[in-house]
Amino acid sequence: MNLIYTRTKTIQEDKVSGFCPGCMHSTVIKLIGEVIEELNVVDKTCCITGIGCCGLHMDYIAYDTITAPHGRACAVATGIKRTNPESLVFTYQGDGDLAAIGLAETLSAANRGENFTVIFVNNGIYGMTGGQMAPTTLIGMKASTAPAGRNAKEHGYPMHMCELMNVLTAPYYLVRTSCNTPANVTRTKNAIKQAFKNQLEGKGFSMVEIVTSCPTNWGMDALSALDFIQDKMLAEFPLGVIRDKSKEAD
Amino acid sequence: MTRIFMKGCEAIAEAAVRAGCRFFAGYPITPQNEIPEYFARRMPEVGGVFIQGESEIASVNMVYGAASSGTRAMTSSSSCGISLKSEGISYAASARIPMVYCNVQRGGPGVGAIQPAQQDYFQATKAGGNGGFRMMVFAPSTVQEAIDLTYGAFDYADRDRNPVLILADGVIGTMMEPVSLPEMKPESEIEAIKQSKLKWACVGHELDYPNRSWIEPGHWNTADMQKANEEALKVYEAWEVNDVKVEEYMIDDAEVVLSAYGISGRIAAAAVDKLRAAGIKAGLIRPITVSPFPYSSYDKIDYKKCKGILSIEMSIPAQFAEDVKSAVKERCLVSTCLCSGGNIMSEQAVIDGVKKIMEGRV
Amino acid sequence: METNLCVAGFGGQGIMTLGKFLADTVCHRTEKNVTFFPSYGAEQRGGTANCYVVISDGKIGAPLGEVMDELIIMNEPSLKKFLKTLKSGGTLFLNNSLINCEVEREDITLIEIPATQMALEIGNIKVLNIVMLGVYIGYTGILSEEAVWKTIEENLSRKASLLPLNKKAYEAGLAYGRERRGK
Ligand SMILES: Cc1ncc(C[n+]2csc(CCOP(=O)(O)OP(=O)(O)O)c2C)c(N)n1
Repeated sequence: MNLIYTRTKTIQEDKVSGFCPGCMHSTVIKLIGEVIEELNVVDKTCCITGIGCCGLHMDYIAYDTITAPHGRACAVATGIKRTNPESLVFTYQGDGDLAAIGLAETLSAANRGENFTVIFVNNGIYGMTGGQMAPTTLIGMKASTAPAGRNAKEHGYPMHMCELMNVLTAPYYLVRTSCNTPANVTRTKNAIKQAFKNQLEGKGFSMVEIVTSCPTNWGMDALSALDFIQDKMLAEFPLGVIRDKSKEAD
Repeated sequence: MTRIFMKGCEAIAEAAVRAGCRFFAGYPITPQNEIPEYFARRMPEVGGVFIQGESEIASVNMVYGAASSGTRAMTSSSSCGISLKSEGISYAASARIPMVYCNVQRGGPGVGAIQPAQQDYFQATKAGGNGGFRMMVFAPSTVQEAIDLTYGAFDYADRDRNPVLILADGVIGTMMEPVSLPEMKPESEIEAIKQSKLKWACVGHELDYPNRSWIEPGHWNTADMQKANEEALKVYEAWEVNDVKVEEYMIDDAEVVLSAYGISGRIAAAAVDKLRAAGIKAGLIRPITVSPFPYSSYDKIDYKKCKGILSIEMSIPAQFAEDVKSAVKERCLVSTCLCSGGNIMSEQAVIDGVKKIMEGRV
Repeated sequence: METNLCVAGFGGQGIMTLGKFLADTVCHRTEKNVTFFPSYGAEQRGGTANCYVVISDGKIGAPLGEVMDELIIMNEPSLKKFLKTLKSGGTLFLNNSLINCEVEREDITLIEIPATQMALEIGNIKVLNIVMLGVYIGYTGILSEEAVWKTIEENLSRKASLLPLNKKAYEAGLAYGRERRGK
């Protein structure tokens, strides 16, 4: 018999994740792990996690990791990468972490064109603290701090981080993917791989924004959450490459 | 009075609304999420404003702004979030802007543990931000007390034009107890309070240079800066005389005195009853204001009878114990009973600590 | 008199609601003191959920004691975690529909209830907590049966269609509890 699939070695075997049923953090963590293994860079990987559910995997991954203060992952990553240019540095952040409390750190790092990778898990809500409104919460979507649903007049519109960064000159690769279908999972993995390769080649700042679900705080079962991504989230956050400097004519 | 059953965080928020708080900004952090969530539902009902800021730094500065208009305003957070707020708190203290904030303490340092702790005592009572300012700091040990202290906090803040801190913890914030609520201040009174601040509030004044509003969190002129600090000092000193709140429980004949604040204070009170029932003459000093600290309560102890003081807190290393020691002034032994990391003080550990003192084993 | 109770099970089994209904009844329909303390974790789901209720004639110290007078346990991980906290002579209310292991203590009273099965027979697994609440009240008599029902009724007033089902669950629980006490 041929072995066609095994669990990535970057996830410790005897550990159980703390993610809710249907949460896509575990999918993304698995993809990152597979890419790290395929690129054969486990020994130089350094993951900087934000604060949130995006930190719940720290206990069971097998590569190096730092927990940054809430929102400050890109600042911490800057410090690590500048002093350790040989390492593969990526941040792993949720929408509250990256786009609310950490907006200044995130945009400043992108603007400097820091040579690291940002993995941005956009589930449209604050996961860990129990469903408060995030910068990416959809109009009309209910959150515990927006009980009547987000309304544009009071809360503004969902924040499009890839597009926002696209007005900066420095970023090299900006892409938005999802994990709602097998095909999109594959695209996400390819995007992560591309972003890591860019970094290893010294190309500068890359961000992979991954549109995911949070069934628990959306108040849905995992399958309805997939529909919600397809029908609602992707209407607001269209998938695709927003910028890829390698494709630009010089 | 009718009893209602309320969670600490929600009770704090409702008490603030009833005291006339009409602006709240905060950022999510466990274990105080029910405070912003409650305000999000409640503020629209009373014509107030709720904003979820993009960070603690943003939230506290929103409150600094709102309070500068004369509106009763509040923010809340927990431990590591409070550190971020220290910037805005210090600015408010320097500019003499009244505001109320609540720290529902969790484990620390750093991101710590989300479970209850009392690790922020020094930060709360000695250095809530840069610059050496002081605040009145209230430490509730029941949900009812959290309500009463929050309700009163806005009056102290306005009187002194200074930030006031409600120093709660994850137990007080998340537990439910029967409580009764104070009356809702009528709109007319809330408006009158706002009007009374018009003289300094930054809401637009006539073209009249000396009387315009100038909210200054600092002074270029060194003499002015010193004068501002001297004036603040007078306010701080008046607290020691007028505003100390403390529960003194059976200390007259005590052979051993327990001392604790907040959640540990209530656990210590239960331990005192058990010790008395077992024939040990125990007493309790429970500061309700941890700033100003009730130093003089410790002068009421009969040091001829008292074998020792047990200082109890959910912090390692001990912090509160330092204030207890300076109040006791070496008149008898002070030993500590500590836990940390999100673990809740054990009544049995307190009782064991007392027995050790009684048996001379410390 | 003071009673320290811990209720534990999976998230989604209505653990918090059970504890709150009890505490709420004490608050509104007696003169006693009461605290309700939910334990909370970083994860939103998964693992065990538990809460503590203390009912007392006097002042309450910690809202969670180290030693429990009574346990209501709904699943196996919770049994493993909390059995050691039960005092000698204490009472364990155990949902044995979901638990296969032995209770390794001789010094306690064990009340086994096929509660999940009972709830399913009544027609909805969601009333599991109300069955357990009924058993607890029927057995201990710590609160009046009607008073607790009033609390359930009030809390479900916005979902009145669910009342008959809950009534059935509560009464089945009460009957089971009373019968066990009789033995
Ligand atoms: C300074 C500070 N403020 C607040 C928190 C509390 N906190 C922990 S996780 C979190 C939200 C995370 O949401 P998001 O970034 O969307 O990630 P998710 O949990 O959805 O993966 C917050 C506000 C904290 N740890 N530190």
